[in-house]
Order: sequence, then structure tokens, then C-alpha cells
Amino acid sequence: MTRRPVFLLSVLAFGFAFFYVPILSMIIYSFNASRLVTVWGGFSTKWYRALLSNTQVVEALILSLKIALVSASIATILGTMAGIALVRFTKFRGRTLFSGLVTAPLIMPEVITGVSSLIFFLLLAQWIGWPAQRGFVTITLAHITFSMVFVTTIVQARLLQSDRAIEEAAMDLGSRPWQVLFDITLPVISPAILSGWLLAFTISLDDVVITSFTTGPGSTTLPLLIWSKVKLGVTPDINALATLMVLFVGVGVLGAGIVMNRTEARRIADAQLAYRSGQ
Amino acid sequence: MRRGLAHWFDRRGWSDLIISVPYLWLSFFFLVPFLIVLAMSVATKSPTAPPFSFGGDYPLVNLEGYARLVSDGLYLRAFLTSVWNAGVATVFCLLLGYPMALALTRVSRSWRNILLMLVILPFWTSFLLRVYAWMGLMGKSSWFNVLLTDLWNGAVPVAWAVKSLPMMHSNFAVILVMVYTYLPFMILPLYASLERLDPTLDEAALDLGSRPWQVFLDVTLPQSLPGLIAGGLLVFIPAAGELVIPTLVGDSAAPMIGRVISDEFSSARDWPMASAVAVALLVLMVVPTMIYTRYQAKSEGAK
Repeated sequence: MTRRPVFLLSVLAFGFAFFYVPILSMIIYSFNASRLVTVWGGFSTKWYRALLSNTQVVEALILSLKIALVSASIATILGTMAGIALVRFTKFRGRTLFSGLVTAPLIMPEVITGVSSLIFFLLLAQWIGWPAQRGFVTITLAHITFSMVFVTTIVQARLLQSDRAIEEAAMDLGSRPWQVLFDITLPVISPAILSGWLLAFTISLDDVVITSFTTGPGSTTLPLLIWSKVKLGVTPDINALATLMVLFVGVGVLGAGIVMNRTEARRIADAQLAYRSGQ
Repeated sequence: MRRGLAHWFDRRGWSDLIISVPYLWLSFFFLVPFLIVLAMSVATKSPTAPPFSFGGDYPLVNLEGYARLVSDGLYLRAFLTSVWNAGVATVFCLLLGYPMALALTRVSRSWRNILLMLVILPFWTSFLLRVYAWMGLMGKSSWFNVLLTDLWNGAVPVAWAVKSLPMMHSNFAVILVMVYTYLPFMILPLYASLERLDPTLDEAALDLGSRPWQVFLDVTLPQSLPGLIAGGLLVFIPAAGELVIPTLVGDSAAPMIGRVISDEFSSARDWPMASAVAVALLVLMVVPTMIYTRYQAKSEGAK
């Protein structure tokens, strides 16, 4: 096993080039002074200035963030409840249908979810007069529905790993079931709830297809705005917008990763210390 | 009375609450719309608003939509294009993702964490913008296209030389961008199953005289099958129903099935037909999913 796996490492290098060359190229061309996106016309930051003074972009970003905040928070509550229901309550009527309902949105193509939500909202509007207009509310409802199942998946995995004995001990010591839930279960799975929220937030912030079906006049989210521009071709201001978004997410994810690495390292160090002092 | 209520809440109420709230939500906002689509697929298109009607005269169930699925070449072609593009993309994800995942298990621990993060990072950035990045690269006068065109013209006879490679708006572009956007979905489950393998098994096989490629075929590959199948489905299923990628970089003369559903619904205003195509697409996806769950249940049972 002393031979370096040259082949594997070169594929790895190729793979990372494949991942990052398109993004780097996009970042470089966002500083292109030329309006022609493929011809280099010198360094310039004018597209960034144009972007920041574009009220359309700012409004779309605010709407997207609002929808993502509301939908991720509600989806996290509902998704966590569903995860607890599936793992902790093994027997209840309609459990098979419920677990099917939790899995189906994961594999349902977005086009179908989009079309069926739109038909649903249109028929509801005709039957009961609500929703009279599609927009913030309908987009948020659709986002909650398809992002909550991702939260459920994460929470479920975490619950299956967690130790039930602590919960049983609390029950034996006289805690009420809901006290066990709030004092033990939820704190134990809180990292999973947090990652679930982050995932739901990102999914909502990123969605084009379902949003395009459930939106109405005047409600343009940032992905919809980009979508309508990108369909017409490559433009330098979208390069600038993309660069800002990639940098923002990149810094966030790297930061979170470093923090997690540190806590992981500290945990290992603590465990080693405890082990040594025990010897 | 309050004691009684609290007692009821402790005994049943709180668990009923936890079960029923998400249950009702998913039933109302997911199951009901889905059942409407199912019913819509056997409705009749009509010039009313909303543009459909049920029955009227016998038969109440209109199977015309499903009949057109098989008789009209447009739908069959769209299905074949979807399965082909998603299938080829899955194979290329596998060919590129497997060695990458295996390499990730061979690097040192500190490097591994950084590299894994770099695999996940594109996944957190906007999907739309990752597709967009390739639009910039594949365009006729982009540096990437110019570079590839020069390489092509240098390698082939003069008669085949081209001014620029027609990459955009083709199935090639769709597959390339699919591989690009879905590769992390292949690498992560593969890495998860490869990481668990016991390296001493490799050493044992090597000591017993196996060549490295034999070790790979006999020891590594069979053990990584669960990750391989999971990764394959995670790429194939969303890729087959993809709408964004084919709309932006695909050949509009040979649409994929997602595009057909969207067009039937929005441009043609034929809700019943759009629903019939949607149901057919779901059937296409349910089959591989069932194979996967059955396989998973079997391997769990074997443990």
C-alpha cells in the first residue's frame, strides 16, 4: 500500500478542475469591461455598480429572502414533527400512507409538483375564492410543502442514531411526554434541526421551477429574475450577480465547515484526554 | 376537568398533535394536488375556464391523453430523449465520481475534510447559476470553445475542421451540464460506502497474490454497490425530470419530458394531456425507486 494511487489522484484533480473552472471563469468575466461577454475588454467593476443600483434585483432578493425565511421556519417545524412521528410512534393509523407522503416529494419531479400545485391553487380559487391572487402566499405554501420532507429526512436519521434510554429515564423519573420532548429529544436533535432549516432555506432560495408555477403578477423572486434574463443569453451583470452569490455562499459554507471541524477536533481531543486520565 | 384534559393530552393528545399536523399538511398540499392531476389525466380538454370537463357523455373516463402518449411520436421521443440523456449522464457521473470518491478515501484526514467540503460547496450555490456558468463556457466565441476548437482542428483531417464547435443547444450540452450539476450526488453516497470498507481486506487480497485491478473488482466494487446504486438513482431520477437544463442549453427541437409537460400545460393549455404525461413520467420514476427500496430492504435483511 505504499504506492501512490496516481490514477485516482489525477482523476480527483481533473474532477475538481471540472467543478471549479466554470465558476472561476464566470467570476473573472464579471470584471470584464466589455459588454461582449466572451471578449476580454479590460478590468472593470462597472457591472457591480450597475447591479447595486438595480432596484429590480434588490427587490427580488428581498422577496426571495422573505419567502425563504418564512417557508424554512414553518417547514422545519412541520418536518421535525413528521420525523418524530415516524421514528417515535411506530404504530398509528395510516402510517404507511404518511411515510409515503414524506418520501414522495423527494422523488417527485419539480415540474409535476409545480403543475399540480398550480392546478390546485387555480381550482381552489374557483371553488372557495382563495387564493384570489398568486404570489408570496402561494409560493411560500408550495416551498414549505416540498422542503419540509428534506427536514424530515435529516431529523429521522438523527433520531434513529440517538439514544432512547435517556428519554426512557426521564419518563421513569416522572416527566410528562411533552416535557421529555422539549427537555431531551429536541435538544439532542438540535444540530439536525439546524441543518434541516439551512437546507430548507437554501432549497427555497434556489428554487426556479416550482416558484415559476406558483407565482403571480408582481412577485418575482431572485431565481425567477435570473431565469428570465438567462433564457435570453449570457450577460455581464448576471456574471456579477452570480459572483456575489457564489462568494457569499462560499464564505458561509467554509466558515461553518471550519467551525464544525474545530468542534470535532476539540471533541476528539477531549475524548483522548478523558481516555488517558482514565488509564 | 382541567386535570382530565391534561391527562388526555399526556396520554394521547400530544402524540396525536405531532402526527396529525404534518399529516394534514402533506395530505392537503401534496396528496390532494396529486390526486387532482391523476383525475385530470382522464378528463376532457374543453374551451372553458379552467380548461377541462369531466364526462358529460359516456364514457366518463377519457383515455385519449394516454392513447396519444403511445400514438403520437412526440411523447415517445421525449421519453426516449429523457431516459437517454439521464442515463448517459448517470454513467459519466459514475465514471468520474467513482475514482474521485475512491481517491477521497486515500488522502490524509485533514485534506479529506477540505476536499469533501469542496465537493459539497457547489451543491450549496445556486443551481441556476451553475447551469449559467456553462452557458458562458460553451458559447461560440468563449475561450473554452476556442480552445476545444483548436484542439479538434489540430487532431482531425483538414476537411473536418470547424470554425467553432456547436456545443450549445444540443443533447451533448444537456448531458455535460447534468454531469456537472449532479456529480456531488454521485460522489457523496459512493464516498460514504467506500469509507466504511476495511483497508486490511485490500492488503489481504494483495498479499494473497491479487493484482490491484483484481482487488478492485473482487473486493472494493462489490462492497460499494449500495453507494453506487444510491448515487445512480440520485442522479438519474432528477435528471430524467429536469426542466431547467434542457430549457437553457438543450435542443428545443428534441425536448425532454419535463419541457413537454410544461408546454402542454402553459402554451397548449391542455391540462388533461399535461397530466397524462406527468403520470407517465411518475411511473417511469417509480420503477427504479422500487428496485432500489427492494434492494435496500434485502441488503438490510442480510445484515
